Amino acid sequence: MSTTSVLGGVIKRREDPALIKGRGLYVDDVKMVGMLHVAFVRSPFAHATIKSIDTSKALSQPGVVAVYTADEVRHLGPLLAQVAVGKLRPLLADGVVKHSGEAVAMVVAEGRNEAEDAAESVEVDYDQMKAVVNLKEAAANKAKVHDDLDSNVLITWEAGPWGNAEGIAQTKQAIADAKVQPEVVIVSQEMVNQRLIPTAIEPRAVVADWNEGYGRFTVYSSTQIPHALAGAIAKTFGLASNAVDVTAPEVGGGFGAKLNVYADEILVCFASMELNAPVKYTESRRESPNNTIQGRGWVATATITGRHDGEILGFELEGIADMGAYTQNFTVAIPFLGTFVGSGQYKFPTYWKIDCVATHTMTTDAYRGAGRPEAIYYLERIVDVFAREIGMDPADVRRRNYIPASSFPNAVSPIGFAMDTGDYAQNLDALLATAEFADLKAQRDQARSEGRHVGLGLSSYVEVCGFGPSALVGLGFSWSTYDLPSAFNGSGLVRVNADGTATVIIGTGPSGQGHETTWAQLVANELGIPTDDIRVTHGSTAESPMGVGTFGSRSAAVDGSATYLAARKVRDKAARIVAHVLEASADDIRFEDGGAHVAGSPDKSVTWKEIATHAYQPHTLPEGVEGGLEAHSVFSPANATWPFGAHAALVEVDVETGDMQLMRYLAMDDCGNVISPMIVDGQLHGGLVQGIAQAMFEEAIYDADGNCLTTTLLDYPLPTAGDVPSFDLHRTVTPSNVNPLGVKGIGEAGTIGSAQTVVNAAVDALYDLGVRHIDMPLRPRRVWQAIQNARKS
Amino acid sequence: MRVSMTVNGRSVGAEVEPRTLLVHFLREQLNLTGTHVGCETGYCGACTVMVDGTTTKSCTMLAVQADGASITTIEGLAQDGQLHPVQEGFWERHGLQCGYCTPGMIMSAVGLLEANPNPTEAEIRHGIEGNLCRCTGYHNIVKAIEYAASKMRGETPAPAEWEVKA
Repeated sequence: MSTTSVLGGVIKRREDPALIKGRGLYVDDVKMVGMLHVAFVRSPFAHATIKSIDTSKALSQPGVVAVYTADEVRHLGPLLAQVAVGKLRPLLADGVVKHSGEAVAMVVAEGRNEAEDAAESVEVDYDQMKAVVNLKEAAANKAKVHDDLDSNVLITWEAGPWGNAEGIAQTKQAIADAKVQPEVVIVSQEMVNQRLIPTAIEPRAVVADWNEGYGRFTVYSSTQIPHALAGAIAKTFGLASNAVDVTAPEVGGGFGAKLNVYADEILVCFASMELNAPVKYTESRRESPNNTIQGRGWVATATITGRHDGEILGFELEGIADMGAYTQNFTVAIPFLGTFVGSGQYKFPTYWKIDCVATHTMTTDAYRGAGRPEAIYYLERIVDVFAREIGMDPADVRRRNYIPASSFPNAVSPIGFAMDTGDYAQNLDALLATAEFADLKAQRDQARSEGRHVGLGLSSYVEVCGFGPSALVGLGFSWSTYDLPSAFNGSGLVRVNADGTATVIIGTGPSGQGHETTWAQLVANELGIPTDDIRVTHGSTAESPMGVGTFGSRSAAVDGSATYLAARKVRDKAARIVAHVLEASADDIRFEDGGAHVAGSPDKSVTWKEIATHAYQPHTLPEGVEGGLEAHSVFSPANATWPFGAHAALVEVDVETGDMQLMRYLAMDDCGNVISPMIVDGQLHGGLVQGIAQAMFEEAIYDADGNCLTTTLLDYPLPTAGDVPSFDLHRTVTPSNVNPLGVKGIGEAGTIGSAQTVVNAAVDALYDLGVRHIDMPLRPRRVWQAIQNARKS
Repeated sequence: MRVSMTVNGRSVGAEVEPRTLLVHFLREQLNLTGTHVGCETGYCGACTVMVDGTTTKSCTMLAVQADGASITTIEGLAQDGQLHPVQEGFWERHGLQCGYCTPGMIMSAVGLLEANPNPTEAEIRHGIEGNLCRCTGYHNIVKAIEYAASKMRGETPAPAEWEVKA
């Protein structure tokens, strides 16, 4: 597919004036006349039977309107999930609770305080049972999470290549044969990729208003997927999808945690319908870890078989991934998405097997990167371990084993997926050639000569995003479970208004990605209408064409491409109008500077207002041209996109205390063409810090009884500004061939590239002390312990 | 209980429950929803406002404790339609993405620059440690505050990174 010219310019964000003035509208800001408020009664136990629930005291509290339990909502069925493997979540716990914090009853009151007070007086009699929290014990079925399922292992994803039993057998045989060759080196390491709590700074919130007269729901939700939510509500209540208007206004961060339909969203709708009043629920931070999905949570062993010359003969990853108790939207599909990049940028035979295991904990699902950070972490850690074992430069080992540039476009990875474009060696070499990289090496060597423990870590990555091709609906890439069997297409509607301004309506669900800015740039580039005259709206199912939402770094590649195509349609029609007006050929009409002119005759021109006037006064139009000036396009790419990059980190460890500082971070990313360098770099900054956060700080911790111990931000330490450095970002540009913009995606790349880079640096810093691996997060106590253990052995 | 205070230059008085937090008073009773709630434990800083000229996390203070005080929230920061240099810096240097932490972050930065008009990068980073951002990785927030500091000292801010690279 031929691609458009690189845009590459920067305009200030269109979103910002409202947000810096405190005038952005978030869901918790929404007030409606007569609005009621919800608080939930939550289980203090991870596993218990519910013997009785007494709501009488709560109902007699001031301001309380209703208290609901499973008895009232059972008929609405369990919460729908797009990939429904495992046990679906009941809307309210039905006779048994399966994780701490599970909602048992819902209190509705006139104020939030009244609702929360009353929730404390709901009396629930529990009979506590043994909880299965430890992932390995759960995988071994030492006790069952769900009595009615055969096993805690819900599904096993095996790949090498994926979906090809014969190929998998051949790969396993090839690796087995390699292992018995003379002089092979085999390195193997079990590693934990710990559970994380996504922690958007805006807790989730939802307001629902059922209007009996219109037969329609008006819903505000802090969601990344407004259309899917509308579909879920419609299906649950037996309505048509167009009887549910979902708006995602400003959304205060998502990171995958808002890529889900939640029980509270359905329950608030239920309460609104029952009580004929608008109802709001805003999650508290303390509830959030047990009410909003978590991410990661894998234990796996990575093994590389290779030769002393750096040639890798096989890679195996076998392990288990924590699904939590209930399956939500994509829960078991997250490790499956990891398989897509199971072999990374490499050409060596790869065998992958991950068991998806239920535990008595909160559900896991998509968290920034969603399976791909886990996959790349294991791969790029073990490649580093192998390089050290054979005493080769980790960069040389990587380069030697990359899929060569000559295999592109559409190189097929050992795991069986065709990848659009790539040039991995060139990207790595570009990183190594930067002045900053030389500086990092010099800084490390200087520090070491002073006896300090400074380490330099390297990683490369490939990721897969921009979902996605219509043909993937069979793999769950659709909202079919919500009766919206649309593929993950992009959509965009471009309308030139009668005054010559433009309105662009898109079906994405951004949460800070700057779509109003980027889409304005895209449309301005095609039509020559100034960006200030282009309004971009999103997040409203009543207004927008069928949209899929914002996740999987898909919006620019898929919805951006659709909008680009719609703008082209508008331009083509406008060219016919202008040609008629200026008595020229449509092929000679050029659009720029707020209007159109005839090529070579800048004085023969019209403004967009004049073009629009003709469009909306059809008697002035040429024959056969319909009035109005708008177009809609749907875009389905031929493939996902496959961004890649190489990162380097410099850390210093205080070996007396185990305290580690991230001193410098350098990245060379390739996301294809770039529309706004400002926004792309901003996405990288945030993505990097989420990966660094996993490497150094964050961990969802459960005790043996299944209590989550990290439910406040004091216990779950997000990095602060003082914990991270400024970043040195560079890029190579390898345009994608699967969309007309040549763009890939950048929302998750930073996270996918960074955690192992930091851990590789830490191991480099401590290698001379005998440290070979430390499991994340590298907090002082764990680093200190690793140093002590290495000294003892 | 009755409280009265000056909020963004306007005198306000209202009946509040004694347990009402200042942030809830601002948001729910005065409809000043620019001040956000992110954690309820005083850790994230999304609720930061100025109380008598001092940056204060309004979820750690009762409305009755602010009786008689002068409060500035994000809505009151721009004067005569002119953005405060910190607001301008956040816009000019892409210092925000989702915008949820932004009002609190801006108020903290205002307090930081009033105390230290010419901070180093390390001082800026230390100065905003009480405000969490999940989107920006802080990189451009630091740049935004550097921009504002230059403007407030009457200097020309350094060009943006994307201008230097282009």
